[in-house]
Amino acid sequence: MCSILNSRIWQSNCWRASLYKRLQRQIITEAKHRNLSCTAHRRLMDTTGFSETQLAVRAAVGQVCSRFPNTYWQDLDQKEQDPKDFHAALAHDGWLGIALPETLGGSGLGISEATVMMQTITESGAGMAGAQAVHANVYATQPLARFGSDEQLRETIPGIISGRWRTCFGVTEPNAGLDTLRLSTTAKREGDEYVISGQKIWTTCGQVASKMILLARTTAYEDAPRPSQALSLFCIDLDRTQPGLSMRKIKKMGGRAVDANEVFFDGYRIPANTLIGEEGQGFKIVLHGMNAERCLLAGEALGLGYAALTRAATYARERVVFQRPIGMNQGVAHPLADSYMHLEAAKLATYHAARLYDASKTDSSITQEVVGVAANSAKYLAAEAAFTACERAVLAHGGMGYAAEYDVERWFRECLVPRLAPVSREMILNYVGEKALGLPKSY
Amino acid sequence: MSALRILVPVKRVIDYAVKPRVNKAQTGVETAGVKHSMNPFDDLSVEESVRIREKKRAPGGVEDICAFSAGPPKAQEILRTAMAMGADRGIHVEIKDGEELEPLTVAKLLKKSVEEQKSNLVILGKQSIDDDAGQTGQMLAGLLNWPQATQASKIEFGENDSVTVTKEIDGGVETVRAKLPMVITTDLRLNTPRYATLPNIMKAKKKKLDKKTLEDFGLTNDKRLKVLKVTEPPQRQGGGKVEDVDGLIGKLKELGAL
Repeated sequence: MCSILNSRIWQSNCWRASLYKRLQRQIITEAKHRNLSCTAHRRLMDTTGFSETQLAVRAAVGQVCSRFPNTYWQDLDQKEQDPKDFHAALAHDGWLGIALPETLGGSGLGISEATVMMQTITESGAGMAGAQAVHANVYATQPLARFGSDEQLRETIPGIISGRWRTCFGVTEPNAGLDTLRLSTTAKREGDEYVISGQKIWTTCGQVASKMILLARTTAYEDAPRPSQALSLFCIDLDRTQPGLSMRKIKKMGGRAVDANEVFFDGYRIPANTLIGEEGQGFKIVLHGMNAERCLLAGEALGLGYAALTRAATYARERVVFQRPIGMNQGVAHPLADSYMHLEAAKLATYHAARLYDASKTDSSITQEVVGVAANSAKYLAAEAAFTACERAVLAHGGMGYAAEYDVERWFRECLVPRLAPVSREMILNYVGEKALGLPKSY
Repeated sequence: MSALRILVPVKRVIDYAVKPRVNKAQTGVETAGVKHSMNPFDDLSVEESVRIREKKRAPGGVEDICAFSAGPPKAQEILRTAMAMGADRGIHVEIKDGEELEPLTVAKLLKKSVEEQKSNLVILGKQSIDDDAGQTGQMLAGLLNWPQATQASKIEFGENDSVTVTKEIDGGVETVRAKLPMVITTDLRLNTPRYATLPNIMKAKKKKLDKKTLEDFGLTNDKRLKVLKVTEPPQRQGGGKVEDVDGLIGKLKELGAL
């Protein structure tokens, strides 16, 4: 009798569970069917003053990102797996060509729009991992598009926009760091080829990229008329079946879905026609894109900060301790309010810099120095604001902030990236001290 | 079979995911600083029109897809979205910010546009999610004296201008057939709207967007209804837990439900 009863209960539970599952599935398929995303739609950032195009970019990229929920990024972060389908989804809808010329299949928009796109990606919850999965494809292709030969452009750019190839950026070296002019990877001309030897480090996406924009030394430091004329830029294939190329993944603090590498060249041969522009112009060409990258990084930091702050504010509204929401306590509310103000201020600095960068292309009264000061300031302010917001978001969550499920710990680990890269805080302070205040150079 | 000239009316509404708040004066909901987007049912209309063209479903082909919106200056944003999804052009009838048109005025406006644009098919949402009137399509069909198929979940084209529409009704579906010209209103299961891709957003910028006013159509914004008051629905009372089945039955009896 007892067992019959048990089996009845079991059956009815089974039935209930299956009904529940079916209902849930139905709700989920309906949601997918209708493109309803489950992410919070309450956006903290004020968008007054953004252009119609910027807002369109924000809305459309946000839609793509909504297909990749936080659980997707948590999972890839833990498994250290590349977000291939995220990169593919953005490529499929044409987003990787946002700042590339229309003649090459891009959309010819400016850094103002590309920055919105990068911010939207990190803000969606994808964080720096999402941004870094596409960052180099948007940014490192800029010097190529501007200085590459017609043949180089036709061969590479469409493949990068369509997502067939991914690209990485090989500049940083273990012994050169910020002192780019001292880098030691060499490219020696031998007939129709260059032979590459040396080492690069922190090469993001090296494992999944089939192209690299490589900066290498073509003249010895001492032999060049000027140190800045000794480097050359190449757009090379990363062919792992060829001798002389190997790489090693670096274990790191955050953004673990996206690989960062040490890349070793030991007599790796590349055809001479991979040279971008002329020999010795590499540093000048790379400099050209640096301010753009500062803007993009600033946008990525902002998105991360707003994502964390949004989450913290939601939690502070909903979490009840001592019979009241914790956000009712000024000790919780004030740090978040302070973070909001800093993020909004950094936002203005970021989009001001991006606007200057774009305007400087047609308005010669805007000097590169002005753009440089604005872009560096923006990167600095946005990175600091994001760091503070992410830290406070973890703290506002109390113990739960330490759990991967709440995402804020992931963003906190990632928010160190915009503080460290592509240039340190100290070098920005040096630059601003020198260029804006006219102080003597300290290094 | 005649080539289709499709008119797709779209409306800018508060985004479906935003929780609307009643304003302090209790005259309507707060719209300032609130995220707006295209009425989801209109999203379906645009998608369907574009699919009819892409999949070559109409024997006579699709000659024109014209998105149409009456609304504040910002309504142009959703016309651009419609064009990014594949509409050929847009018409914007500018209404002052904060002013609303009643469904009958919209239907009259659409009737004039249909005549002007020589449209032979109007695909529009069965309702807009802001005031949920659910009348415009029907009134338009009445004014034009055209057949209408409401709440469509499937649209098929046959010979001699015939169109078969599967409609969602209580308890099932109903299939009807009519001849062009006609009015169709869309329901949720019709299709899955696409995302606008970047290249298409860029193309949409170059598409034609005509700006008009109500006066251009010889219409005025007459109101038949006066809003007296808008209030939030009463707060839902939390439920209670019962121990067992007997407790449940007792509670139901207590409430007079049994």
